[in-house]
Amino acid sequence: MSVLVWAEHDGLRLDPATARAVTAARKIDPSVHVLVAGAACGPLAVAASALAGVEMVLSAEAPHYAHALAEPAAALLAALAGPYAVVLAPATAHAKAILPRLAALIDRPYLSEVSAVVDADTFERPIYAGSLIETVRCVVPKVVTVRTVSFAPALAQDPVPVTVVAGGVGPGPSQFVTETAVETGRPDLGSARVVVSGGRGVGSAEGFKSVEALADMLQAAVGASRAAVDLGFVPNDSQVGQSGRTVAPDLYLAVGISGAIQHVAGIRDAKIVAAINKDPEAPIFRMADFGLVADLFSAVPALQAELKKRG
Amino acid sequence: MKILVPVKRVIDANVRVRIDASGMSVATEGMKMSLNPFDETAVEEAVRLKEAGKAGEIVAVSIGPSEAQEILRTAMAMGADRAILIETPSVDPATAAKILYRVCLEEMPDMVVAGRQAIDDDAGLTGPMLAGLLGWPQAVGVSRLGIDGGQATAVCEVERGAYTVRFALPGVVTVDLRLNTPRYVTLPGILKAKKKPLAVRPAADFSVAACVVERIALREPPMRQPGSCTDDVAVFAAQLAKALEA
Repeated sequence: MSVLVWAEHDGLRLDPATARAVTAARKIDPSVHVLVAGAACGPLAVAASALAGVEMVLSAEAPHYAHALAEPAAALLAALAGPYAVVLAPATAHAKAILPRLAALIDRPYLSEVSAVVDADTFERPIYAGSLIETVRCVVPKVVTVRTVSFAPALAQDPVPVTVVAGGVGPGPSQFVTETAVETGRPDLGSARVVVSGGRGVGSAEGFKSVEALADMLQAAVGASRAAVDLGFVPNDSQVGQSGRTVAPDLYLAVGISGAIQHVAGIRDAKIVAAINKDPEAPIFRMADFGLVADLFSAVPALQAELKKRG
Repeated sequence: MKILVPVKRVIDANVRVRIDASGMSVATEGMKMSLNPFDETAVEEAVRLKEAGKAGEIVAVSIGPSEAQEILRTAMAMGADRAILIETPSVDPATAAKILYRVCLEEMPDMVVAGRQAIDDDAGLTGPMLAGLLGWPQAVGVSRLGIDGGQATAVCEVERGAYTVRFALPGVVTVDLRLNTPRYVTLPGILKAKKKPLAVRPAADFSVAACVVERIALREPPMRQPGSCTDDVAVFAAQLAKALEA
């Protein structure tokens, strides 16, 4: 009943999502293997082998495994999937491109965005932007992606052996052209303890600077509603919601965000939600733990002053 | 170039969903239904490619109940040339991918442009699974697309940025909402759409393996209770400070 976990990484470091995927895998079965595929895997494979509960690491190195292109990754996983009851990955953008393709290649069912493991064959997952949770049962070998916010990262263990696998998979039909990575120096949305998000109410990219200043004051990640992103206030990777990132910080502060279903989809797992909005009827107040009804243009600077006073 | 666009009829994005009397399904009786927003973006992109002279024919395909003809007419009003309904009361995304695979074998499109996910199941399954079944290259979550000399160049969104891939067609692309802003359907478009061909075929024509995933329960997540509201910044600051300490 063992589980093969596909490791998410950027070529240099394992993504924290991988440790969370290992936790989910261990809930399915104690026998967990991790596959690290890339152009150069040495340190990545060692890091994967030091995640608590990992029995073995498979390492596949080839230039065409770089950048997690879906076609070679799915083909590699298909070549290795045979002995495993479950192939599992964190529900990252890359994995959500690779694993359904894998499911087609090996004719197994695919379950996406699993938020809880009930047992080895039974899972919960959100539907309708998280408005409902369905419990599904699937008793045959399967392919699964798991919501990273739903599982704690696996702790550390002494490294276990790494096995190099050939895979026998050639380059795929897609050519990697380039990538743009956004470096803000701020915490990542996926792992930040505090997130400060701005919405349509912020009004402009210039106005968003005060949201960013507040975030920096709180050492928070910066998020945004889809409206704010579409209006160009902030880049795409800040988007939180049904078609953006899902976050689970200790504190989520929504500034000038109305709280539409599609945005709330991304913040349901936040411990505490706070909101600033000038409209007392804004839906965000129906789910916020506490709120400030005020015009954010005066309220945010006033809030910064208050917080500075408190030190 | 022929483009096939799968489209799904879903409960409208603004409807507050409820569980029906059976306790195992979402109530759809009397609910406003719409074209899945991601699929609407896909139709728009296909139409723009046609307007740019890069595509010759756009075929919209839906797998669903008879009422799904409405969204197929919407796709044709936006500019799709013809439509196919594979009729069945409901379908899971994996079965939809397998049926679409069979339709693609018949239709032989040069490209499939699909929505990245359906807003009901949020599975994001059909596009990349179809690509795997066809053995075609794929680009998932596309926010920018260029077609030139039989090659597709696609910018795909990831968590902290984006990457660009290129492949020779035929291929499958799934679109992110930010790829374009879909046009409003016009009255002349609607009238033209009424005359465009819409073929209805029973799902039984496409015998695919039964779905092996079974829903055994459905529930609402724990409700967050609304908390307190103030108009006093100092009070709010104190609450924030307390929350940050915890």
